[in-house]
Amino acid sequence: MAKFSAKPDELAKIRYAPPETEWMETPVEFREHMFCHAAKPKDLETVEFPNAHEWSSKDEDWKLPANWEQTILQGMKDLLGKYRSFQLFMDICVRCGACADKCHFFIGSGDPKNMPVLRAELLRSVYRGNFTLAGKILRKLAGARELTVSVLKEWWYYFYQCTECRRCSVFCPYGIDTAEITMMGRELTNMIGLQLGWIGGPVANCYMKGNHLGLEPHTIKSSIEFFLDDIESITGIKIEPTFNRKGAEILFVTPSGDLFANPGTYTAMGYLMLFHELGLDYTWSTYASEGGNFGFFTSNEMAKRLNSKIYAEAKRLGVKWVLGGECGHMWRVINQYMDTWNGPADFMEVPKSPITGTVFDNAKSTKMVHIAEFTADLIKHNKLKLDPRRNDHLKVTFHDSCNTSRGMGLLEEPRYVIKSVCSHFYEMPENTIREKTFCCGSGTGLNASENMELRMRGGFPRANAVKYVHERHGVNMLANVCAIDRATLSASMDYWVPGVGVAGVHELVGNALIMKGEKERTQDLRLEPLPGKEGSE
Amino acid sequence: MKTLIPFFAVVILIVLALAGVNMANMQFLFGVAIPYAALATFILGVIYRVVKWGRSPVPFCIPTTCGQQKSLPWIKQDKIENPSSTGWVIVRMALEVLLFRSLFRNIKTELRDGPKLAYGSDKWLWLAGLAFHWSFLIILVRHFRFFSLGVPFPIRMIEGLDSFLQIGVPLFYMTDAVILAAVTYLFIRRMTIPTVKYISLPADYFPLFLILAIAASGVIMRYFAKVDIVSVKQLTMGLVSFSPVIPKGIGSIFYVHLFLISILFAYFPFSKLVHMAGVFMSPTRNMANDSRMVRHINPWNYPVHVHTYEEYENDFRAKMKAAGLPVEKE
Repeated sequence: MAKFSAKPDELAKIRYAPPETEWMETPVEFREHMFCHAAKPKDLETVEFPNAHEWSSKDEDWKLPANWEQTILQGMKDLLGKYRSFQLFMDICVRCGACADKCHFFIGSGDPKNMPVLRAELLRSVYRGNFTLAGKILRKLAGARELTVSVLKEWWYYFYQCTECRRCSVFCPYGIDTAEITMMGRELTNMIGLQLGWIGGPVANCYMKGNHLGLEPHTIKSSIEFFLDDIESITGIKIEPTFNRKGAEILFVTPSGDLFANPGTYTAMGYLMLFHELGLDYTWSTYASEGGNFGFFTSNEMAKRLNSKIYAEAKRLGVKWVLGGECGHMWRVINQYMDTWNGPADFMEVPKSPITGTVFDNAKSTKMVHIAEFTADLIKHNKLKLDPRRNDHLKVTFHDSCNTSRGMGLLEEPRYVIKSVCSHFYEMPENTIREKTFCCGSGTGLNASENMELRMRGGFPRANAVKYVHERHGVNMLANVCAIDRATLSASMDYWVPGVGVAGVHELVGNALIMKGEKERTQDLRLEPLPGKEGSE
Repeated sequence: MKTLIPFFAVVILIVLALAGVNMANMQFLFGVAIPYAALATFILGVIYRVVKWGRSPVPFCIPTTCGQQKSLPWIKQDKIENPSSTGWVIVRMALEVLLFRSLFRNIKTELRDGPKLAYGSDKWLWLAGLAFHWSFLIILVRHFRFFSLGVPFPIRMIEGLDSFLQIGVPLFYMTDAVILAAVTYLFIRRMTIPTVKYISLPADYFPLFLILAIAASGVIMRYFAKVDIVSVKQLTMGLVSFSPVIPKGIGSIFYVHLFLISILFAYFPFSKLVHMAGVFMSPTRNMANDSRMVRHINPWNYPVHVHTYEEYENDFRAKMKAAGLPVEKE
């Protein structure tokens, strides 16, 4: 496969006019760099997924199980009975088109099947044909069609071109949420053994080893020790965090991506410095070493299986509450799913900040607090000594993650933290932030490398808004509270807006945090010179 | 084809009613039997749909949050767009149902040179949608004068407001013009915006043509080819008192009007028009974002196979001990 090499200018020539042929008569075309590899059978077998088999989406024959149509139709029937959202969203869409130009994949590709309404119609047409009277009688006239291999391939292509970001659902007059549709579509493909490699691998890793990256317990410890060395060379302070420690007050859970690659690692350094400075009685866990949940991108059951580790570990260690790191979909799961799946967490206490005494009543049932809430509370109570000038080389804007904005509403907390630790903060245009924020383009397990064109297209609206503040205010740092953002926005920035870096909010906190007994800092957490300290090393 | 089939379907329906009344004298069928059947279908059909939706549980608390959550006391919660209590959910739903709040947010995305994406306000769909639905409702309420002995005060009040321009005899109702304009706009929009045209099904055009024909036949009856209104009321009162009569001499256009309405009612539960009932049940709008405060129960939650800590430690005990990590079993 040739490397993805299209220039940004070429990619930005987007044609929004639909093709001449009706969408039902336009079969899907698998274009290079627009889709991901299939999952390895062994990864699916690890988590007991059905019909694990070798196949490739470029093949004509996908080696589907003999009765795959029955499996899918029975699966649809079951899901319609289990989820009101699914049943309702199949029935009530009026195709007004308000969602059409709200999807980052449609804006970036012009492919009509990326309009949320049409993405849903891919499934709805089969629903009508098999589950509604009008569809059974009037067939095509009622927008119904048969389930065929060609339809299945279309599902595969387009349900893995949706990042479940929910932006369309903000604008839908009935709140139809394409994330729900895509989740059902993905459940269905999983029933017949169709899964992405970039999802299947992390899921198997997370199940067996506790985290998506497959870091084994000793590796987690050594990765963090590596950060500690850097922190010591920057601040002169030696930090000694604990792992799997029973009796700690707080269990800290964050996405494993932050332990593995830049710039997420700088965010992890920020956490370590903050907790040390507070003298927080907390522990890391190597068993529950993943905040994110790629199971959420396969099936509800798999998501629950992976998520179970957080409460199980909290119980085993006997902690009072759980503190969660910066991550997007992790927080949709924690806010809207975790307690329902694996609660009640009645073995813990209502979270209370040991530093400020603030009781987090908003998390009184889940017992899990977002670090931006925790840190904002600290700053509000003047518990941190901060020197924002250490971030003066940065002109910062903030990217709201899809899930924390539209599946939670964490909007002001990170902004308050950023404004407290940075002197230069600029918002992107109003229609691209908060509940109207754009996805990075690589969420829900689409952060592979073989689908780079898809990622750059999906990332275009976000990048374009960054470009606006980059050109207008000289913004050079895109702050965020999401590990997938940190892993993928760098590529998107390099492609669309060179010169803009990506940072977690707690990296910026770590830079500004004045620690007791620290030496005079000359470097930021990236080991780059601080403003005014250039050439002092 | 997508527009022609539904267009001719409506034409055929009109011809059917005209032929039935004028040539076959089937006044009873079109004036009594079909309206009763249609109303029964509407009521039973909508109940069936709502019960069907209701039987599928809401396993997770999945509101789409469109504003600041409730968190720290000094951070102002957006109680309408991100409600954490039932009271504010009702406010959110009221705005949604009465004023189409979400559609009001609509923006238009444009790609300009640069490349530069621009987002502009786009309220036309909201305006036309609101104008259409409200005028439809007002017209429906106005029609209750045909189904009650006197004319109740609220209906007279609505009539008074609707005709406050005091133009013409009979007085011109603004909603008559508004509904025709709004439906026409919605149709033109569907035909001319390429993406919307592309997603449209015959089932999207049929109700537009049907409602347009209903409104047009009503307007013709009121302002142009007047029908014998006393006889009409005799018929409607007969229907409502379950002692149907077919007075002589009602113009056949009345039967066309009534037949098309009957078709609309009967079609309603089996089509996208059920969004009227569905919007109330949409879990992304009618739930409070309180799932960290109160545990939401999934009725079909079941135990799953998990990889326990014990199994994990068994896999890695030696490595954990070598790294100085605590273990349960030595």
